[in-house]
Amino acid sequence: MQRIGVFVCHCGTNIAATVDVKAVAEAARKVPGVVFSTDYQYMCSEAGQDLIKESVKKYNLTNVVICSCSPRMHEKTFRGAVETVDMNPYLLEVANIREQCSWVHKDKAVGTQKAIMLMKAAVAKATLDTPLTPGMLPVTKRALVIGGGIAGMQAALDIAEAGYEVDIVEQKPTIGGKMAQLDKTFPTLDCSSCIVTPKMVDVGQNEKIHIYSYSEIEEVKGYIGNFDVKIRRKARYVDEDKCTGCGLCTEKCPMKNVPNEWNLNLDKRSCVYIPFAQAVPKVATIDPRYCLMLNKGKCGICSKVCGVGAINYKDTDKIVEEKYGAIVAATGFEISDISKYDEYAYAQSPDVVTSLEYERLMSAAGPYGGHLKRPSDGKDPKTIVFVQCVGSREKDSCKGGKEYCSKVCCMYTAKHAILTKDHYPDTDIYVFYIDVRTPGKLFDEFYRRAVEQYGVHYIKGAVGKVTPNKATGKLEVQASDLLLNEQLHIEADMVVLAAAIEPSHTARKLATMLTTPMDTNDFFTEAHAKLRPVESATAGILLAGMCQGPKDIPETVSQASAAAAKAIGILSKDQLVGNPCIAHPDEMMCNGCSQCAGVCPYGAITYVEKEFRMPDRTTKVRRVAQVNEAVCQGCGACTVTCPSGAMDLRGFSNQQIMAEVDALCQ
Amino acid sequence: MASNYTITPDEIKEISGVNPLRCMRCGRCSATCPSYDNMEYHPHQFVAMVENGEIDKLMKSESIYKCMSCMACIERCPRQVEPARLIEAIRLAVVRQQGASHLMPDDVPALLDPDLPQQALVSAYRKFTK
Amino acid sequence: MSVNENKDWEPKIIAICCNWCSYSGADLAGTNRLSYPANVKIIRVPCSCRVNPMFVLRAFQRGADGVILCGCHPGDCHYSTGNYHTRRRMTLLFSMLNYLGIESARTRVEWVSAAEGQRFVDVMDGFVKTITELGPNRRLEDLRCKQN
Repeated sequence: MQRIGVFVCHCGTNIAATVDVKAVAEAARKVPGVVFSTDYQYMCSEAGQDLIKESVKKYNLTNVVICSCSPRMHEKTFRGAVETVDMNPYLLEVANIREQCSWVHKDKAVGTQKAIMLMKAAVAKATLDTPLTPGMLPVTKRALVIGGGIAGMQAALDIAEAGYEVDIVEQKPTIGGKMAQLDKTFPTLDCSSCIVTPKMVDVGQNEKIHIYSYSEIEEVKGYIGNFDVKIRRKARYVDEDKCTGCGLCTEKCPMKNVPNEWNLNLDKRSCVYIPFAQAVPKVATIDPRYCLMLNKGKCGICSKVCGVGAINYKDTDKIVEEKYGAIVAATGFEISDISKYDEYAYAQSPDVVTSLEYERLMSAAGPYGGHLKRPSDGKDPKTIVFVQCVGSREKDSCKGGKEYCSKVCCMYTAKHAILTKDHYPDTDIYVFYIDVRTPGKLFDEFYRRAVEQYGVHYIKGAVGKVTPNKATGKLEVQASDLLLNEQLHIEADMVVLAAAIEPSHTARKLATMLTTPMDTNDFFTEAHAKLRPVESATAGILLAGMCQGPKDIPETVSQASAAAAKAIGILSKDQLVGNPCIAHPDEMMCNGCSQCAGVCPYGAITYVEKEFRMPDRTTKVRRVAQVNEAVCQGCGACTVTCPSGAMDLRGFSNQQIMAEVDALCQ
Repeated sequence: MASNYTITPDEIKEISGVNPLRCMRCGRCSATCPSYDNMEYHPHQFVAMVENGEIDKLMKSESIYKCMSCMACIERCPRQVEPARLIEAIRLAVVRQQGASHLMPDDVPALLDPDLPQQALVSAYRKFTK
Repeated sequence: MSVNENKDWEPKIIAICCNWCSYSGADLAGTNRLSYPANVKIIRVPCSCRVNPMFVLRAFQRGADGVILCGCHPGDCHYSTGNYHTRRRMTLLFSMLNYLGIESARTRVEWVSAAEGQRFVDVMDGFVKTITELGPNRRLEDLRCKQN
C-alpha cells in the first residue's frame, strides 16, 4: 500500500488568497492512501524542500504530491529534492493549483473546491506511479559530416577543433562544393577560391578529419550516440594512397572530349581527371562512362605513364562501416532544371546561361580564363539581360517551379552586374526584377552601388520571351517595364537566368535513411523553426547549410558552426541520459502487427522475433514490438494506435490518466 | 445600352475563377503579350484594376477586344493568376450589360482593325479554348 | 433533454491538454490572471495524440458533461505529427458518439498554442456555455459509478 504525502503551497498569497490551503490539506488527509499532509508558505524554498525531505523520511512516504504552481515551473525542483532522500523522482506528482486554479478564479469557495479536486486527481495518479530510471546510453566519440561543401567543411573543422574525430562523406571526387565554383563573393567581392581553397587544405591536412571523397551513404542505422553507417566508396580506379596528383595521366589521356561538370559542361576535360587544380584530395579519378580501357579493353595509357602505379582498372565499389555519435547533414543544393521554361530559350541558345554558368564564364579558372565571352561565337557581349526569379516564387503546380524565394539571386545578380561593368564598362546591363530583396549587412548598399555607381538598368518587370535571331546572332528579348508601363524589345548578346535553387537530389533518400522529416520542397525540417534551427527532429542529426533552406555563405558558415557546437555537446558526454517517460510494449499482448511503427515519427519502434515459454512448457517464437529507449521521445502516438492495447506510456499510463479522469469526474 | 445591369468585382472574379490577390506584380503577362502596344490597359493592369474594383474603366476600354486570347499570359504566369480569363470575364460582363441590344453586323466593318487577326476567328478561339 | 431541472447543476468539464502548447497556454492564462469557469479541470498529457478515445468515453461514463482536447496548432506539434493523429482519431470518435446520441457539441478538439492564453480562455468560456445550454450528460453516464 502506498504511503502518500501531500504538501500544499501557499506561494505567499498567490495561492492562499483564493484557495483555503488548510482546507485542501485537511481534505487530503481523508483521501485513501494519504498518510500525511501539510501546508507551507513557500514549498520551493530551501526550507520548504527540507520539509518535504524530512517528511519523506519521518513518515516513510512512498509517493509525494505537491499542490503548487505549474509542473512546468517546479516539477524538476521537487523531483530533485526527493531524489536526495532516495526516493525515485518519478514517484512525485504536482497538482497545478496556482496557474490553473488560484490565479484564474476569484471566489475562494470555488477555488478551494477545484484545488481539492486537482489534488485528488494528482493523488490518484501518484498512487499508480512506478519508479522510473532514465536509460544511460554510451556515446561513440566520432562525428559524421555528410557533404563536403563549405557547410560540411566548417562543421568538420569545428568538431575537429574540439578534439573529436570527424569523417566527411562527399559524393564528388573533391570537397569544396558549390563555393569553390564561384568566382567572387558578395558583397565584398573577394575571390571565392582564395577563401575556400585554404579551408579545403585545412580540412585535408587536419589529423582528426578523414575525407571519404567520391563516396555515398549506403545505410544509416542506430540512434543518437550510436549510429551505424555504411559508406559506399565508389570505384575511382585510382589508388588514393598512391596517387600524387601529378596530373600526368590527365595530360596523356586520349579521351579529351568529356563534358566537364566542374565548368558546368561549358568545356571539355579528359576521361581521367582531377576536377581542378586545388582539389582536395588531389587525386585523379577515372570516369568509367568514357574510359576506353574499362569499356573496350584498349588504351591503358594512364597506367603506363603513372610513375607510382596508382591506376587500377579492376577497382570495385567498397563498403566501409563506421560508428558515429552524431551526424551533420550538409548536403547542399543544386540549380533547378530550367530547360522546361521554353520562353527563355535556354535549351535553344548557348548564349542563354544560368547564373552559376555565368559564374564559371567569368572565373579566372573557368573555360575562358576569366575573359568574359559569349559561348556561341566567343565575342565580347555588349548587352546582357539578367532575369530574376526563374523558377522561384511560382505556384507549385506551374511547371514544377518552387514557391519559395531562393534568397541569394538578388545579391549575386548585383554582383555579376558590378563585376561585368568593372571589367567591361561599356556593357549595357538590364536586370529584370519582381522585388529586389537585399536584407543583410552591406547588402542594400551593394545593390544601390550597382544602380548609382555602375549604371546598371534595374527594371521592375519581367522577361516574357527570348528569341534567338539566327541572322544577327543576337537574342531578341521581349519584356515589360511595369513602372513606365511599356513593353520593351531589347537586342541582347547574352541572357543570364537566376534559376531557382533546390535541395540536393540525394537529400530525400538520405532523409529516409536518417528518419528525419523534410518539407514538400525536400529541405530538411528543423526541430523548431525558431529555437532549434540547426537540429533535426531526430536526436543526434544536425543540419547545416542549404540543405535546410536557401541561405548565403556567412549564414551557412554560422549554421555549420552551430551544428558543430551541438554535435560537440553530444560527443563530449560519456553517457547520454534518456527520457524515462517513453512507450513500452507488453510483450505478452503484442501481436507484432506493425501499426505502432507506422505512426512513430522517430522510427523508434522495431520488431524482434522473441521466444516465449508457453504454459505447456513448449516455446513459441513470436514477433513483438521493441521500443528503442534512446530514440523514443514519449509522445504516445503508438499507445493509442495499438489495437491490442499492448503499448503503454511510462509516466502517463492508461491507468493513470483514467484514474485522473475518474477523480475529476467525482 | 438599355439595361441597368451592373457588375461587381466579385462577379468578375466568380465568372473568371481568378483570384487577383495571388498576383505578385512580376509583369510576366505584359512581357509576353503580343498585342501589348495596341492595348490601353495591359494585362497586368487588368489584374490590378479588378483587384481595385475599377471594372467600369475596363468595360469601356477597347483593350478587351485587342486581347487575342492567345493565352500566353496564362501560360507564363508564375502564380496562376490567368489574366486572359479576367479579360474574357469583362467581355462577358459587357455582353450581359448590353442585354438584347447586341452589335449589329453592319457596324462591324468600321470597328475592324486591319493589323489584328479577324475578330470572328479570335472569338471562336475564345469560346473553344476556355 | 436540455431542461435544466436542477438549479444547482454545474457542468463537469474535462480538458485534456498537451504539455507543450495547450497546457502552457492554460498556464499563461493563469499568469495573465484571465479568468475562466472553474468547471474546467485540466489533465496534462505529453501530446494530444496520447489521448486514447477510451479516455473520452471514460469521462462520459463517469459523469463528465463535456470533454475538450487541446493540442498544438497543426504543423506546430512538438512531436511533429502528433496532432494530425489526434484530429483523425477524434473525427472518427466524435462521429461515433454522434451516432450513439451524444451531441457532437459535447466534444471538441481545439488548437491552443503556448502563447494563446486569451484564446484558451475564450475556448473554455465558449465550451462551458455550450455545455450549460446542452444540460447534463445522461446518455453515457454510468450511475453505478456515481459516488454520493
